[in-house]
Amino acid sequence: LPEAGLQSATGADIVGPRSFTAPAKRRPLRAWLKSDTFWACVVISPSVLAVLVFIYAFIAWTFYISVINWNDVTPDLTFVGLQNFVRLFQTPRFITDLRNTAVFSVFFLGQCLGIGLLLAILLDQKIKGEAFFRTVFVLPFAVSAIVTGVAWKWLMVPSSGINAIFGAVGLDFLQNKWFADPHIGIIATSIAGAWQMSGYTMALYLAGLRGVPGELRDASKIDGANDVQYYRYIAIPLITPVTFSAMIILGTISLRLFDLPASMTGSGPAFATDSPAFFMFETTFSQYRYSTGAAIGVVMLILALGLIVPYFFTVKEEIER
Amino acid sequence: MSVVLRPAGRLFVYAVLIFFAAYYLTPIYMLLITALKPFEKVGILQMWDLPTSLYLDNWARAIPLMAPNFWNSVMITVPAALISSAIGSLNGYVFAKWRFPHSNLIFMLILFGIFLPYQGILIPLVQVLTFFHLYGSIAGLIFVHCVFGMPITALIFRSYYATVPRDLLDAGRIDGAGFFGLYWWIMLPIAAPGFAVALIWQFTNIWNDFLLGVVVLSNPRLAPITVAINNITGSYSVEWNLQMAAAILAAAPTVIVYLLLGRLFMRGLLAGAMKG
Repeated sequence: LPEAGLQSATGADIVGPRSFTAPAKRRPLRAWLKSDTFWACVVISPSVLAVLVFIYAFIAWTFYISVINWNDVTPDLTFVGLQNFVRLFQTPRFITDLRNTAVFSVFFLGQCLGIGLLLAILLDQKIKGEAFFRTVFVLPFAVSAIVTGVAWKWLMVPSSGINAIFGAVGLDFLQNKWFADPHIGIIATSIAGAWQMSGYTMALYLAGLRGVPGELRDASKIDGANDVQYYRYIAIPLITPVTFSAMIILGTISLRLFDLPASMTGSGPAFATDSPAFFMFETTFSQYRYSTGAAIGVVMLILALGLIVPYFFTVKEEIER
Repeated sequence: MSVVLRPAGRLFVYAVLIFFAAYYLTPIYMLLITALKPFEKVGILQMWDLPTSLYLDNWARAIPLMAPNFWNSVMITVPAALISSAIGSLNGYVFAKWRFPHSNLIFMLILFGIFLPYQGILIPLVQVLTFFHLYGSIAGLIFVHCVFGMPITALIFRSYYATVPRDLLDAGRIDGAGFFGLYWWIMLPIAAPGFAVALIWQFTNIWNDFLLGVVVLSNPRLAPITVAINNITGSYSVEWNLQMAAAILAAAPTVIVYLLLGRLFMRGLLAGAMKG
């Protein structure tokens, strides 16, 4: 397909599947002011301005706050370089938080992608009552993380809840103290998070599987492939982009983890269920150590870049199509 | 073409599906039964038991307790979802159908907002809102949701408008419609379902938001319901059964919207994920 709408800055062109190359000639100012492109710019500019200020200028401002010494209610604008960061990385709580983020990400993504793919494949088998199952699986996604936290906090009461169920079906060895256990607290949090997001992941996978052309399935049948082989060698490799965007979305959620610790346990015993976002919130809005809070924010922004950059390389093609 | 599984295999598939349906419904079941029990019956030992009778006292207490914050959430969510969808419909139209200098780059810069960890901008946000006397007000939180809703609504509308054939717009231009005419007479009527998708998506996200609410509007009197729920569940002075009743009230609007308009909800979910 030839590049559609490649043109001079003043030309007005509707972008569409048919190719059209406007002559690259300069038009007088008056014509430009009447042109549709001008109005497109006018309409978009308040939004662009808001994004430039509220995202990009604010990020720059946060960087600035992170290198001054504003660690009290009254601002202290003394430049201290990376001192806030050095102190942050010497704070055991922050190290625990980074480890928690890593552990949460692994378990959260593992559950969401595993359960999501399994359920999507099962629902792809011409299931009776598919709409019912689909509705139930995605239902938790409509519930807020705060309510999710409240429900799972109750379910994970060490002396009853899920432990009582495990006891009743003879799985006593699975009983544990959940978020009250300093070693596995963050994994308990990931279980609540995966309850909310695994159905969402299923929906992404199911849409991906439904997008695989039917001829491929027929062809694989003719070649003697069974269902397992069809998914293993054809469907799952074809929906790699779904896995990729799901990983980035779920990774972003892991990095931002805040609502679940807030509603379940707070920081937990020995910061077992703490997160950088929760630490940042307490540091900034309860202790008024703004520069330290900003430094945590900067670390989170840098971690987020690790997710955003690969995402942009993949969507770039889609956008420029 | 259907997949031929042996009956035993199909039975296994249904067993797994039913197991997971139970997994997803258990926490909701737990919320419901606990909210329908008197305090003496929510003890650790009877936690899984069904309520013996319908006990509605929790509701008689939870509804007046949560009503002010419920209305705060309505006052925040409805305008914010409407305004951000309206802005998104214009932005999406521009990004989908018009080329202007650096339009792709600008679109990507806006998209970045979807992945932004808000902790990286919260301090300047509070400073700027305070400066404009918007900090701690419902209007301030509505404004914040409109700004940070822009990336996702632009994405949803852009992907929706991209399906509108160019011939339709060309025909409109021949009839003399300009930039706004094409939007008003052609795009917006076609995009009505897209509008519903964006509206539902924003409604769900804003209603369920906790972080921006607790930062911008933590005053218990004005706080949205998510913040209020967190306040009452954080204090051990409020009984479990009452907490669960309050949590159900907080979850009800988005769950009802999802159950009634599931198809549109799913479309928003897929558009927001930009399947790559």
